[in-house]
This record gives sequence, C-alpha cells and structure tokens, in this order.
Amino acid sequence: MARASSTRSKIGYTIAAWAVALTLFFPILYTIITSLKTEQEAISGFSLIPSFTWSSFEAVQTQNDYWKPFTNSVILAVGSTILALIVAIPAAWAMAFSPTKHTKNILMWMLSTKMMPAVAVLVPIYLIFLRTGLMDTRIGLTVMLMLINLPIVVWMLYTYFREIPGEILEAARMDGAGLRDEILYVLTPMAIPGIASTMLLNVILAWNEAFWTIQLTTTNAAPLSAFIASFSSPQGLFWAKLSAASVMAIAPILIMGWFSQKQLVRGLTFGAVK
Amino acid sequence: MATRQTQSLARLMRAPAIILLLIWMVVPLGMTLYYSFLNYNLLNPAVTSWAGWFNYQYFVTDPAFMAAIVNTLVLVLGVLAITVIGGIAIALLIDKPIWGQGIVRILIISPFFVMPPVAALIWKNMIMHPSYGVFADIARFLGLQPVDWFAQYPLTSIVIIVAWQWLPFATLILLTALQSLDGEQMEAAEMDGAGSVSRFIHLTLPHMARAITVVILIQTIFLLGIYAEILVTTNGGPGNASTNLTYLIYRAARLNFDIGGAAAGGIIAVILANLVAIFLMRAVGKNLD
Repeated sequence: MARASSTRSKIGYTIAAWAVALTLFFPILYTIITSLKTEQEAISGFSLIPSFTWSSFEAVQTQNDYWKPFTNSVILAVGSTILALIVAIPAAWAMAFSPTKHTKNILMWMLSTKMMPAVAVLVPIYLIFLRTGLMDTRIGLTVMLMLINLPIVVWMLYTYFREIPGEILEAARMDGAGLRDEILYVLTPMAIPGIASTMLLNVILAWNEAFWTIQLTTTNAAPLSAFIASFSSPQGLFWAKLSAASVMAIAPILIMGWFSQKQLVRGLTFGAVK
Repeated sequence: MATRQTQSLARLMRAPAIILLLIWMVVPLGMTLYYSFLNYNLLNPAVTSWAGWFNYQYFVTDPAFMAAIVNTLVLVLGVLAITVIGGIAIALLIDKPIWGQGIVRILIISPFFVMPPVAALIWKNMIMHPSYGVFADIARFLGLQPVDWFAQYPLTSIVIIVAWQWLPFATLILLTALQSLDGEQMEAAEMDGAGSVSRFIHLTLPHMARAITVVILIQTIFLLGIYAEILVTTNGGPGNASTNLTYLIYRAARLNFDIGGAAAGGIIAVILANLVAIFLMRAVGKNLD
C-alpha cells in the first residue's frame, strides 16, 4: 500500500521534472534540430524532424571562415587560463599554507575587484588598447580575460588548498622530507584535482565572455562570442546556418559544463556554498 | 629561522597576483575618474578642456538616464524574482526521487553554458521571431495573432532571455544547499505531524536562506552588467525602452565618442555596484571565519 503510493508519487515527480527539464532545454534542442534542416525547412513552420543535412555546417565553415574565431576562442580561453594559473597558484598556495593576519583582508579585497562593473573602465581600457596597438590582438585580450578572472581563480584555488590537511605536512617532515620533497610528493598530488577544477571553470568563463571580446576586437582576434554577436545584423546568414554556427560555438563548452557542476557552484559563489 | 624564510617566500609568491590586481583596479578606475571631469570627445579631441561636474550633471539630467536606471532595476528585479522562485521550485522537484535524475540535471543546467550572444540570437530567431519563431507557430496554431516580442515588449523579452540563462545557476546553487539538509530532522518533524508546507517554511527555507542570499547577490553583480543580450536583440530600443545603465554608457563611449560623459556614467555605475558589493562581501566574509 505504502509502496504503491510512493511509486505513484515517483512517477508524478518524474513526469514533472522531465517536463521542466525539457522546457528549459528546448531552445537548445530546437537549435540543434534546426541546424540539421535545410534553409527552406527552417522557415516553413514548426517541425521537430529535420532532414538531417550537414549542409549548414559545411556552409558556415566555408563561407564564414568559422575556424578563425574558433581558433581564437581556444587560444584566448586556454591562454588566459594558463596565465591566470601561473599567477594564482603561488598566491593561493602562500595564503593557504602560510597565512598572515592580512590574508583574509587580501582575499576580500581581491573579491572586491570582481565587483567593479566592466563598463566603468570601458573608456580607459578602450583608449589604452587603441593607443598601444593592442586593439584586436589576441595577446591584449588574453591579458584582459586573465585579469577579469584572476580573483575567481585565486579564490577557488585557495578554498581547495585550504582543505589539504596540515598534519600531512607535519608527518612528512617527521619522516625527514625537505621543502622540495614536501611540495613535489606531498602537496602537488593533493592539489592537482583542485587545480584541474579551477582550470575547467575558468576556460568556461573565458570562452563565454562577451563584453570585452566585443569591445576590443574587430576581425583578427575576434573569438566566437564576438563572431556570433556580429550576426545580429542579418548578412545572408539564415536560420539553419545561424543554428549550425551556434551549435558549434556552444557544443564544446556545454559538454565541459556538464562535468563541472560541482566546481561551478564553488567557483561562482567564492566558496560560500559547497 | 626557517619560518622567516618561509614568510618571505610566501610574500614573494603572493606579490604578482596582488600587484597585478592592484594595477588593474587603480589605473583604469583612476583614469575613468580623471576623464569624467574632462570635456573630451574623440570626434573632436582638440577642444579637450576641464569640465568640472558638467559631465555628471549632463549624464544624470539626460532623460535616457532615468529610463536606464528604471530599466536596470526592472531587469535585475524581474530576473531575480523569476530565478529565485523558479530555482527553489525546481530544486525541490529534482531533489525528490525521480527516474533519470542525472540527465534531468544536465538538461536543466545547460542554458547556463550558452554564451550570451548565442542565447540572445536563439531566442530572437528561433523562439520569439514574429514570423518564424516557435511562439509565433504556437500563436497561429491557437488562432491568435503572433506577437512581435522585441518591438512590443522589448524589456520583458530581455528579462525572459536573461532569466533563462540564470535559472540553471540559481537551481544548481539552491539544490546544493537543499542536499545538505538534515534528513533526520525532516523525518522528526514529519513524525510530529508537521505538514509539508509547514516543514518547508520552518525547516527548508531557513536552511536555504544563506544560499538564497548568495544567489541574489552574485546574480545582481552579473545582471547589472547585462550587455550582449541587449546589443544582439534590441540595441537598447525602441527608443530607450530596453537600454540599461551598462548599455547607456557603452552608447556614450562607443557610438557618441563622448569620453567624458561615458566616464561620468562609469563612476555612477561603480557607486551602484558597490552598494550591492558591500552586502555580498559581508555574506561571503562570514564563511571565511
């Protein structure tokens, strides 16, 4: 009796949850479906069954020089993440393992730099980029993306490093391990999962950044976010092709995102929710 | 001895990050402050002169400014209302025992990973387009007149798009908080005859209060900076109907080349963001102790 009613409620909840999930996912699903239609099909009314043609994907790659912004996105996301890690790992390490009475204040101050609205520094950054020739270069944008994500990277690494128990270090010292051995054989293996998670989240954030990429690029350094934004004015790119371009722009990060749900919570709440 | 060595090594390790962020914070912001007191237009840079408070006066008394402030508030509060209430409801639902929970979670979290220009274009062309969008198809199926969303309800349309992007974030954070709820306490309350509504109000909601605060504050920071969604869909129009503060400043800087005015707007944006930030820092700071 009790079991029957609990199975019935499970069926009810399952139906409701799937309805919500499919509704929220629908715009993405419909874009994927449309990308597999012909242009004619795409504008001839609602239909969930495409003719499974790859022509739109081919057209986007040949007509719109798709691989250039794609390459830029990869270089910017990976480059800015590596730069940020190079700067952030030592800082987070020092703050986690040799904290001083200022550590908390430094961390809070770093967090506060993330609160600065991007548009507030649009004017000076734009002028600096114009005058120094950094405009529309990958190196300029890589540094920008590194700077805007650096506080999150330091914070996230700090929360991971802090979870490495200090007793392990003491035990290693008792066993006669020097500083070098300590870092190489004890701390690094324990820190790698945290570093990997941080990397994953930062690549996602950098890939999807769409304020500075639009402001500071035109053609040479434009990543996918700026490339896709340029389609807001119609220029011969139609429904199916727009869908194909969109699918290619979001697919890699969507898949990475599915694996990073936990890190996302921790990274974006600065460790306030775990 | 070793500790002093360790201390100076630690200082050396912290220095690059601190110096970089210090430069990043002080230099551009200082320049914005300086420019905000100049008559400086990129179209006519030769006549640059000291402006005093003129840029602030001009920016604040521009009718577009009040419109932008109201639009910013509507956008932030509208999206917050949808995502927090919707997020709580969805988190409660998928926390229940259901079949395919993993896939349901993946489907729900997905919109968050769609970059803003793509999200905006998907909604603009696939869903809300007055002739080819799914909403228009539905309207025609029901025998109704399709709605031209971005012309008739520009700000509402943008609220819908942005809420779709942020609902997964709120759901995920609130679900994480929900899963750390003490099951025994819940059972005890149930045994004592507390109904599901009273258990929600007296146990679940207080437990999630902190996560809800964090969601509201973090989203507010990001929502104040909404830009690409507006650029791609309405360009801030019709008129100023969907121009928020970020977009207004962007327009002054990049389309009117008014460096002084845009800088004054930027300083105003900093002040507004700081009001929010102070609360966020308090909420997060508590967790550090």
